[in-house]
Amino acid sequence: MVSANQKKITIEPVTRVEGHGKVTILLDENNKVTQARLHIVEFRGFERFVQGRPFWEVPVLVQRLCGICPVSHHLCAAKAMDVIVGADKLTPTAEKMRRLMHYGQTFQSHALHFFHLASPDLLFGFDADVAIRNVIGVAAKYPDLAVQGVMMRKYGQEIIKATAGKKIHGTGAIPGGINKNLTIAERDEFLKDIDQMMEWCRGALKIAVDYTVANLEKVAPFGSFDSNHLSIVREDGAMDLYHGNLRAIDKDGNKIIDQVDPQDYHKVITEEVRPWSYMKFPFLSELGPEKGWYRVGPLARVNVCDFIDTPEAEEARKAFMAVTDGKPNNLTMAYHWARMIELLHSGEKIKELLNDPDLQGDDLVVKGERRGEGAAIIEAPRGTLFHHYKVDENDQVTMANLIVSTTSNNEPMNLAVQKVAQDHISGVAEITEGLLNHVEVAIRAYDPCLSCATHALGQMPLTVTLEDQAGNVLDTKSTK
Amino acid sequence: MDTELKTLFIGYGNPGRLDDGLGPAMAEAVEKLALPGVVVDSDYQLTVEDAAEVAKYDLVVFADAAISGPEPFWVKRISATGAHLSFSSHSVDPRGVLGLAKELFKAEPECYIFGIRGYEFNEFGEGLSSGAQANLAEAVEYLKECLHNNNLKEIRPEGGEIYRSAEQHEEDNKCKTENT
Repeated sequence: MVSANQKKITIEPVTRVEGHGKVTILLDENNKVTQARLHIVEFRGFERFVQGRPFWEVPVLVQRLCGICPVSHHLCAAKAMDVIVGADKLTPTAEKMRRLMHYGQTFQSHALHFFHLASPDLLFGFDADVAIRNVIGVAAKYPDLAVQGVMMRKYGQEIIKATAGKKIHGTGAIPGGINKNLTIAERDEFLKDIDQMMEWCRGALKIAVDYTVANLEKVAPFGSFDSNHLSIVREDGAMDLYHGNLRAIDKDGNKIIDQVDPQDYHKVITEEVRPWSYMKFPFLSELGPEKGWYRVGPLARVNVCDFIDTPEAEEARKAFMAVTDGKPNNLTMAYHWARMIELLHSGEKIKELLNDPDLQGDDLVVKGERRGEGAAIIEAPRGTLFHHYKVDENDQVTMANLIVSTTSNNEPMNLAVQKVAQDHISGVAEITEGLLNHVEVAIRAYDPCLSCATHALGQMPLTVTLEDQAGNVLDTKSTK
Repeated sequence: MDTELKTLFIGYGNPGRLDDGLGPAMAEAVEKLALPGVVVDSDYQLTVEDAAEVAKYDLVVFADAAISGPEPFWVKRISATGAHLSFSSHSVDPRGVLGLAKELFKAEPECYIFGIRGYEFNEFGEGLSSGAQANLAEAVEYLKECLHNNNLKEIRPEGGEIYRSAEQHEEDNKCKTENT
């Protein structure tokens, strides 16, 4: 509730993120920011929709959740159903086909975000006219770069098509395995272009690094704050985007939890509901809601892992960590740099997998002792994704619980907006377009996918409303 | 039918949100027709890489669900002119795809969009409403006839624009899922 001496600024929706977001900034009588909130209208009907459906349908059904990252939901559900069918260890062909699908998804998603959504901010500056600060503007001024973005996205999408099947009805991953291998012809088609893709990955990484280093003075304080970080890691501490155990570290890199089995996620993470938002706010149980929130996604993953098991990405990680003397990097804008490290890593992994003859194997599915419950975690492009299901003796789903990455980044995005608002809005009674752009830039760094977490409503021009303590509108501005 | 003409049909939408699946359903129906020279694709949404694909064709036909507007469907010819410049989500609209095809690949295919009227959008669920199914059948028949006669034409409601600006289109459809 807004108190008697507070004003409220509302920004809706946040452009260039998925779905319909709205930002509310509360001001006191001196126009100082007291609070900022990113409102996301979570649509939770899906968990009910899945109930009663046969468990083997779920990996296909969950793709309907989100047109942005259907593969992440597809694979995470399939991994949870592996547990249900007792497939504790997949065949090499099944495991590697799924990994190829996943790295293809990460590759195309990170490329799309960098070239399509983030690069206008980095190439033209936060304050540039919105008329040119978009992908068409990039296409006009940097056509080669724009073509690279499109072709990298297409390459990743083609990998998904070859491993998962049709874009709308992907059925590649099934409980206990995969339903196809990769043909020699498909493999050779991807190998033909992989070196070009790698070259473009290096170029994209260089843009992110050069931008961050050259603008460190501006970037360092921008929407930044200390936080915990969470991701899955391999048993030896390596980054692993497909499978691993949970690890969380604090702002200094001290481990809070480590090597927690995905089946036990609910023992270390609690989901809080707050009255002003439909979204859940997950936190690390042992730290409580005030101190237990955490960041997920590329920044968290690069901070959390001990090393990356591909040579070029590992070199890039070392350079990234050197900026903060080996301590976790807590800069919001460092998400872009970390994301490009993962793009390079995904490219290296794709190349490694394409050269692995196991992808042409015929042993595709395993089964074991049937269980009634299964949970799985995968590192989706935007962050850690949890799927948890219970299945009855008739093979019907009786419970589903999903924690999507944007939900985990809910609190950090609120804090990023608050920090930016405090730095750029406090004391200024008038709402300027430049100030709004800064709020958008902070949110975009997280690459939120609201359509995962919401019933997306489409997009309208950005509108800002300033209200006094009585709720009267004092000022309203919209982007063109 | 001019089989030399390279035609791409793209139906988009989310089949998990009831009538939002009209685009993919039309793609499925068109694929079954096996029309010579027509390549069919479908997806949850349009994205930037569709520009590279679109650039390879002479004629491109998009199909999407429409939450409002005339029944059973409308058809509008569109071009890159007036492409929505403010790219503000992971997905792009048909004009945005054409804009990128023109800017990056120097291609300007002839392009039409079908808006098939749907009625139920706001719940998770698979399958089209009976009204949407009927509208879909008419849209498929119309497309089939037009392609057969090499004469795809606009169908507009009396006295009005259908495909206005991208912003207005989004506004019109704000109650449907944005191809999530």
